[in-house]
Formats: sequence, structure tokens, C-alpha cells
Amino acid sequence: MPSATSLDVTALRKDFPILAQQVHGKPLIYLDNAATSQKPKCVIDALTHFYLMDNANIHRGVHQLSERSTQAYEAARGKVQRFLNAANTREIIFVRGATEGINLVAQTCGRKYVGAGDEIVISAMEHHSNIVPWQMLCEEKGAVLRVIPINDRGEVEFDQFEKLLNHRTRLVAVSHVSNALGTINPVREIVKTAHGWNVPVLIDGAQAVPHMKVDVRSLDCDFYVFSGHKVFGPTGIGVLYGREQLLEDMPPWQGGGDMIRSVTFEKTTYNDLPYKFEAGTPDIAGVIGLGAVIDYLDQIGMDAVAAHEHDLLEYGTRALESISGLRLIGTAREKAGVLSFVIDGVHPHDAGTILDREGVAVRAGHHCAQPVMDHFGISGTTRASLAFYNTMEDIDALVAGIQKVKEVFAV
Amino acid sequence: MINDLYQETILDHNKRPRNFQLLEDANRKAEGYNPLCGDRCKVFLKEHDGVIDKLTFQGAGCAISTASASLMTEVLKGKTVGEAETLLAKFHDLLTTDQPLPKDLGKLVVFSGVREFPARVKCATLAWHTLRAALRGAGEVVSTE
Repeated sequence: MPSATSLDVTALRKDFPILAQQVHGKPLIYLDNAATSQKPKCVIDALTHFYLMDNANIHRGVHQLSERSTQAYEAARGKVQRFLNAANTREIIFVRGATEGINLVAQTCGRKYVGAGDEIVISAMEHHSNIVPWQMLCEEKGAVLRVIPINDRGEVEFDQFEKLLNHRTRLVAVSHVSNALGTINPVREIVKTAHGWNVPVLIDGAQAVPHMKVDVRSLDCDFYVFSGHKVFGPTGIGVLYGREQLLEDMPPWQGGGDMIRSVTFEKTTYNDLPYKFEAGTPDIAGVIGLGAVIDYLDQIGMDAVAAHEHDLLEYGTRALESISGLRLIGTAREKAGVLSFVIDGVHPHDAGTILDREGVAVRAGHHCAQPVMDHFGISGTTRASLAFYNTMEDIDALVAGIQKVKEVFAV
Repeated sequence: MINDLYQETILDHNKRPRNFQLLEDANRKAEGYNPLCGDRCKVFLKEHDGVIDKLTFQGAGCAISTASASLMTEVLKGKTVGEAETLLAKFHDLLTTDQPLPKDLGKLVVFSGVREFPARVKCATLAWHTLRAALRGAGEVVSTE
């Protein structure tokens, strides 16, 4: 039923030329958006335009091209700031992706404030990128990694989280949306509870930003990271949002050009935010591409995106639940973007291969979340992950593909 | 064609893997792991005077890796270590080259469809790499990566 927020998906799909192709002689049904999303033509055009017309290094602007590229780069920072509703552009640090953003916080804030016997809290549904950097830090400092358990729907057990917090807790790091399960975590409540102990919170928003409006001030989080390529932007670019005071107090991470104010062999003075954390020539084109996709998403409206995907997810959940021998993994009451499942008698990789031959692109495996798979006692799942350009027909094609899987395996 | 990959024999060995058990009197064993998909495979063998007397496996994996391990245990039983190494090389060629199908592969020819699915070659070779590690006495877990 069309509503005020409904999307004209047929028209929007025309913005994504890659979707209009056949694979193995079948129309491409792209349902691997949690791995990476496709790029609208405006993003590809922005990259092309930059390299055709404006390419120059930034922040060294004695000539016209450098002025233009600097202006475009910093304009993109402003777009990200408004997109996340950050207080100012000094809080927006460009990094390679969510992974690098988390590592940056672990290696600066973490190394400064975490000591022997201190504790860092993560959840049992984290992507490896929000586990390993903290393990490395804990190993270095003799600190302890504490894990919030999840229930069989794939939701964090909030009362257990409350019990984990104590006077040794130095940081909480949780995903906003789980990449393997689709669970939307109650991050606002997590932040509020952690702040009760004066503990800062990092939110991994890699799987949230493509699906919903994110407001870092409303969440009241201290750090928020996301990756450009998962939100229809280029690969190799991402964002770390950090509360200004925290970023000010953190030591720099990588040293090099652009992050300094003055250098002598005796002493180096570091640059102001956000440049303190942007050593070396950044991915200028990537940042400009990210700016282009934010303009694009602003036009569509993230609320409309969320509403459309909610309908898709409900439709897909019902459709998959009606298939005998199929079990959905991740049935949280609040979910976004992900339909992860196992089929009795069929390994996820075999399902993935057969679906591919039907034109349906999904991911099979542990989704870089092995502890999640261990929790459910499985080696992996087949995962269909959604974007706003997906349609009910895409879900129908997935269901038909699953029937083909069952036919091949006679289950 | 998907049916070239999932041939009847493969589906049968996936559903009812042969020699799928621990071998109590094994004198060689190894564990294989494919970190990309999480598949694991343990190979146990009893070797005497350079001959593979008994060969079994355990583990969890996709149809291709399970059937490959199962057929491997059937095909190599009673073979010499040298013959096993030769067959491993031929099996690898079967999966990865465009050359005409190697001869003397027997039942293993059902895996010829895998060459059209490059992403699945490692599934088919996991058990074989593990076997080689067992024969060569490498004690640690072997990885496909």
C-alpha cells in the first residue's frame, strides 16, 4: 500500500546501472548488501568528475585545482556531519572504513585509558572487526574483554550487560545492527547505562547507516563508525565520529603530513581536529564520492528507506518461515536488513552456489562473526541482506532459488 | 549447469559419507581447516610398509568437501603412499586446469564439474590437503589459505 513515505523503487533502480544485468543467464538479484552495497551513478560520476577535472592534493592550496579539491573534500565532511547530526565538523574523522575507525579508537583512546585489570565490554554478536582490536589492546595492557551474552533470538541480554559494568570498565563497544543476524541493538539504552558508570561507548554503525536515520547526538554515543562502501559509497573510505572533548584528549594515531602544525627535530606540534587524526594524503576521491552519496540519500530520505526495508523484511520473513526445513537465524524483535538462515541437510555454501546459478547473490559462511555461529551451534548461514533498491520480486526470486536448492538436494 | 556440480554420486556421499569415523588404531592423522567457510576435516590413517591400510575422516563441511573426503577414503584404501601423492596431483589438475580430464581417476571424475566453480575448488581439496599433511607427518592444523 503506497504511503507518503513510499519509495519509487523502479525509478531508483535506474540509478544503479549494475543491477540491470544478467548473471548465468538470469536477471541479477543482488542480496549481498551487508557485504557491500552497489553504487548509484551519481557517485560514479562524482569520482569521474574529480579525476577528470579537480584532482589535486588538499590543504596545500596555492593553485586552483587544489582549492577546488580542498573545498570538495571539506564540503563532504560537512555533509557527513549533518547526516549524522554531529555537533561540528571537527568531530568527523575520515578513515578507511569502520574497521580502521575502531582500531583508531583502540590504539589512541584505548591505549591511553585502559590499564592492567581494566575491562572492555563488547557483545556476543560483534563482527570480528569489533572484537579483535579490543583483544589486541587487552593483550597489550593486561586488560580483560567482557562479553554481553545474547539470547536465542539474537538479542543482547540487557540485564547481563548491566551486571557486567563496574568501576574497572573503561569502554563499551557494540554494533548498532548485527551483520550476521540483523538485530538492532538498544544502543541508546546501552549508552545511557554505560554513562551511568562514566564509561564511554563506541557504536559500530556499519550495518545501521545504510538502513536508518542515525543521530549521534540523540544516541548520545561517544564514538560512531561506519564504512562508505556499505552505504552506497566508494570502497576504502569510512567515518569515525568522536565527541570533540574525547578526540581532543586522545593522542594522535598515525604520524605524518597534514596531522602536524609544525615539525622540528626537537618537537612536533600536532594539528587541530579533525586533521590530527588524518595523517598523509587521504582518499580524497573516496571522500567526495561519500559526499555525493549523502546528497543522494538526503533526496530519498532515510525514513523512507527504513519504511520500505521494514516492509521487505516482513515480507521476506514470512516467505522464508513458510519454507519447510528452513530456520531463520536471528529473529530479534527489532531487526534491519538481514535474512540469515540454514536449511536442514544443506550446507550454506552449497545453498549459496545454487542460488548464484539462479542469479541470486547472497553470502554464505560465518560472516566474520564466528562467535555468533558458535552460539547457534552452526558453522555458518546463508545470508540475504537488503538495500532500499530491493523489491518484493527479489524476495520471490530468493524463495524460488531456495526451492531449487531443496530440489537439488532432495530435502 | 548446477547438476554437473552436484552429481548423484556427490549428493549420495554427502548424505551417507563412507568411512566417516574415528580410527582408533591410526598411526597418522591430521586436521584441515578452511578459514573462509569454517569447514573442518580430520583424516585418520593406518599406514603399514608404505601402504594405506585404513583411511577414515570426520568433520563438518559442504556437500563438495564431504563427498570429496568420503570418496577419497574409498579410492585410496590399499594404495601406496606414492600412488596417493600421484592421485592427489591428478585430482588437483582435474579441478583447476582446462586440460582434458586426466585418466585413471575412477570415481573421482564426478568432481569434474567443480572446475566451472572456482570458488568451490578449496572445498574439494580440503580433505586431500589434510591427507597429505598426515602422510608427511605435519602435526599442526593445515589451512586451505
